Amino acid sequence: MSLFQYRLSELHNMLHAGQASVSELTEESLSAITRLDDKVNAFLTLNEEGARADARTLDDKLASGASRGLLFGLPAGIKDNIVTKGLRTTCASRFLDNYQPIYDATVAAKLRQADAVTIGKLNMDEFAMGGSNENSAYGPVRNPWDLERVPGGSSGGSAAAVASGEVFFALGSDTGGSIRQPASYCGVVGLKPTYGLVSRYGLVAFASSLDQIGPLTRTVEDSAYVLQAIAGYDAQDSTSAKVDIPDYLSALTGDIKGLRIAVPKEYLGEGVDASVRETVLSALKVLEDLGAVWEEVSLPHTEYAVATYYLLASSEASSNLARFDGVRYGVRVDEGGGLLDLYLNSRSRGFGPEVKRRIMLGTYALSSGYYDAYYLKAQKVRTLIKQDFDEVFKKYDVVIGPTAPTTAFKLGSQTEDPLTMYLNDILTIPVNLAGIPAVSIPCGFAEGLPVGLQIIGKEFDESTVLRVAHAYEQHTDHHKQRPQL
Amino acid sequence: MSITVKDVQHVARLARLHLSPEEEATFTEQMNAILQYAEKLSGLNTEGVQPTTHVLHVSNVMREDVVKESLTLEEALLNASEEEDGQFKVPAVLE
Amino acid sequence: MPSSKYETVIGLEVHVELHTKSKIFCGCSTEFGAPPNTHTCPVCLGHPGVLPVLNRQAVEYAMKAAMALNCTIGDVSKFDRKNYFYPDLPKAYQISQFDQPIGLNGWIDIEVNGETKRIGITRLHLEEDACKLTHVDGGFGTLVDLNRGGTPLIEIVSEPDLRSPEEARAYLEKMRAIIQYCDVSDVKMEEGSMRCDANISLRPVGQEEFGTRAELKNMNSFRGVQRGLEYEEFRQADILDGGGEVVQETRRWDEAQGKTFSMRSKEEAHDYRYFPDPDLVVLHIDDAWKEAVRSSIPELPDARRVRYSEEYGLPAYDAGVITASKPIADFFEGALNFTSDAKAVANWIMGDLLAYLNGNNLELSEVKITPQGLGEMIGLIAKGTISSKIAKTVFKEMLETGKLPAQIVEEKGLVQISDEGAIKGIVEAVVAANPQSVEDYKAGKQKAIGFLVGQVMKESKGKANPGLVNKLLVEVLNG
Repeated sequence: MSLFQYRLSELHNMLHAGQASVSELTEESLSAITRLDDKVNAFLTLNEEGARADARTLDDKLASGASRGLLFGLPAGIKDNIVTKGLRTTCASRFLDNYQPIYDATVAAKLRQADAVTIGKLNMDEFAMGGSNENSAYGPVRNPWDLERVPGGSSGGSAAAVASGEVFFALGSDTGGSIRQPASYCGVVGLKPTYGLVSRYGLVAFASSLDQIGPLTRTVEDSAYVLQAIAGYDAQDSTSAKVDIPDYLSALTGDIKGLRIAVPKEYLGEGVDASVRETVLSALKVLEDLGAVWEEVSLPHTEYAVATYYLLASSEASSNLARFDGVRYGVRVDEGGGLLDLYLNSRSRGFGPEVKRRIMLGTYALSSGYYDAYYLKAQKVRTLIKQDFDEVFKKYDVVIGPTAPTTAFKLGSQTEDPLTMYLNDILTIPVNLAGIPAVSIPCGFAEGLPVGLQIIGKEFDESTVLRVAHAYEQHTDHHKQRPQL
Repeated sequence: MSITVKDVQHVARLARLHLSPEEEATFTEQMNAILQYAEKLSGLNTEGVQPTTHVLHVSNVMREDVVKESLTLEEALLNASEEEDGQFKVPAVLE
Repeated sequence: MPSSKYETVIGLEVHVELHTKSKIFCGCSTEFGAPPNTHTCPVCLGHPGVLPVLNRQAVEYAMKAAMALNCTIGDVSKFDRKNYFYPDLPKAYQISQFDQPIGLNGWIDIEVNGETKRIGITRLHLEEDACKLTHVDGGFGTLVDLNRGGTPLIEIVSEPDLRSPEEARAYLEKMRAIIQYCDVSDVKMEEGSMRCDANISLRPVGQEEFGTRAELKNMNSFRGVQRGLEYEEFRQADILDGGGEVVQETRRWDEAQGKTFSMRSKEEAHDYRYFPDPDLVVLHIDDAWKEAVRSSIPELPDARRVRYSEEYGLPAYDAGVITASKPIADFFEGALNFTSDAKAVANWIMGDLLAYLNGNNLELSEVKITPQGLGEMIGLIAKGTISSKIAKTVFKEMLETGKLPAQIVEEKGLVQISDEGAIKGIVEAVVAANPQSVEDYKAGKQKAIGFLVGQVMKESKGKANPGLVNKLLVEVLNG
């Protein structure tokens, strides 16, 4: 049995008791990758030598009895839009094929401080733009539950690597559902923290006002540990929140008696597969049995969320991705035609179609004469969407619904129509627009494919979100199911 | 509002993207579909609604005026494909 | 003005580099003159994933300058991205301020031809400077040095209130003085810490509507601004006189040729796609913060000028010249700690000191003379220890060595001879040696005495008290 079947606290006990070593954990990760990654394609860059060296250092530390970090010895994968000094970071874009970061993202430094072992960098949709991982310049990641299906996106590599046991945990980023939707498709726990809880410094920006880094793990308890290690104010991120970080582990009491749950009717309506709806309703039954009460509510502006999101995110992206000009790093195509041609050719060859599409859309939405109708209007609708949640949270502790309207779809089945693909994110996008935390946890299967339950909380109330997720997990065993690869 | 191939060409130029005629045609069609979908926002009354730039109510985030160590020249130029005399090199703007 | 048919309308956009220690959004040094790209970090290099953090000092300097220029400071200010591709802009957007700048609706008073005129300031905003480009390979290549990139800048936009190149120059000089007093920038046009672009148009006298304007760039000195605008006035008047139309365009001033040239560019009309920078949060500027900054503003040039007239009785012109530069005004006040003769101090500053500085293209800080030196020297003249003529020598020595006048006088033996006996001896010797001149004098040629005085001064190596020399000569000749 894989060592990664254990929870973090169990592994730490085993390390402490000498029943396992950090090197063994690292080798387990590396050998799983050797065995599986030809099929899954979750990794873009491996840190084999670095990981082995780190493991040896940590084993020495273990032997010496020195104090150990929160994520001591655990093999981690990092989504490839989080920069890691000296370890190639591509954002799954041809543009950055050879990019060697000259600094560490704050979360990368925090993983190091917590004594985690970085195994490598994970595949994703190019620049985190996509919901299927088919937009990677390095080929799609495949869903470990069915290799013909997508793992979700954009953190598809992160979800698939955890689901297949290639790493113990992974970091992803979530702009419109990019942690939760792949977690749902791959049957793992994916947490998007409150905007501002985890530093964005070193996260290659897609949409700065929406992006947030979070953990993908097998269990809720592991998620709480990783969050504990990466959360906190960072002076290098002006949008980082100065809030006290609670002890997330102590929130996992198993007690949800009297919890008030809101279930938006818009989250179970048209467009949501019947099998997904049924699975979510049974999950709500479990929570009811544990003493929670749920009621149907309305988040009336949900139908506007996707349009709002695509205008805002694309606009910000068009500006964020302008720095990729071929001068200081990345692809440079100079055919002697002067500066303008250098820009045009470098960017056109470096970026894939989805990235170009969003840059085009965002450039248009910000351009003279359209700003008020598109960007400014979307910012106002964003306010209304946030107010929907504010209203519901006056009466309820959490909002619960499915993470995605369907289970993982077949590779290539939606690539022709970007709008249909965008609509897959209808249940996750409102959360980013409101800036609030949400987790997706496995809540069953439909036709052999995992279904995710989304638990949404109040601003900076990750504790309640995790408590509910943990209570549910304690009374079900969906999270123990593993794909047969 | 419907956008034309000409609009797409203009936007591509602003964004410094070179598009093939096929890409121009595809993007025209797809952007029209997306923008048409986005039209639903225009039906929503947002009079008196403040735009949200930040969900967090944080203001006045500043650092003190303290000099920190810079990179070495080698690090600064590490990823540059063309350099000369410690500087990044680009072709001139040709007219 | 080339023709009385037209009225000139000028508006200026002035950029001023703030002299913070570190850049506006990262901790790299703003020090000038380092080897290329050695004051850079991932943030100012625009690497993927980096985020800006605002320098508080830059904000306060901008507020201080805005207040000194009589702007209203907004309660809320924010930063926006100005998007365009150019190699001097690593992120392909400049962090600037669009609709909520630091300061709005200010003004400064200028004096031209003895008249005071108020010039409106539309806005003052804070932004980051671009990088330095150097053209190589005969113009086919460009090198990028990012050291300057990210230096804090303020942009000050005037109303189109200026009516002549002379007014434009007076406005710029006044602005430099005010900002220099605020001590937020070096404000040196020649070194680029103060830069100026101008919009200029002509309209027939009496017409409300503005004519078509040209934007003028590359004027690197106060003189350049005035000359460039003067050239442009003639050029536009010529076009209008010939029945033509002025083209709206950007033109480059060529100092060497003394002409402006159209900067043709195929670049499409600018569409900067401004939007609020999501990486930065708003500034709430409350009254307490405003007051704290306001209280750091020193006495400004206008106030000082009035005070110099009232307190020291300086003529308005003198007070204006001296207060136009803060170091000079400070020097003036410093000298008054050592002498009470303000007019004499002013005369020495406006005469010998400024002539020397301007003639040698030097700053006050580059010469060694001290306020104490000048003050004491004036005292020595008053006491008759040295003559005004000798003082010129002493002054020059002070410029070069910084020594105090008493020491110079001592070392060089420059003390004025006021001893009647000693002078009388020289006078008698000169009279004996120049019988022809004595004869001329006695024949009524008054001029001859001048020659004799000169001879006595020569013999005494310039040290004889000229009043005594005259008196004694007359006595000896008539005796």
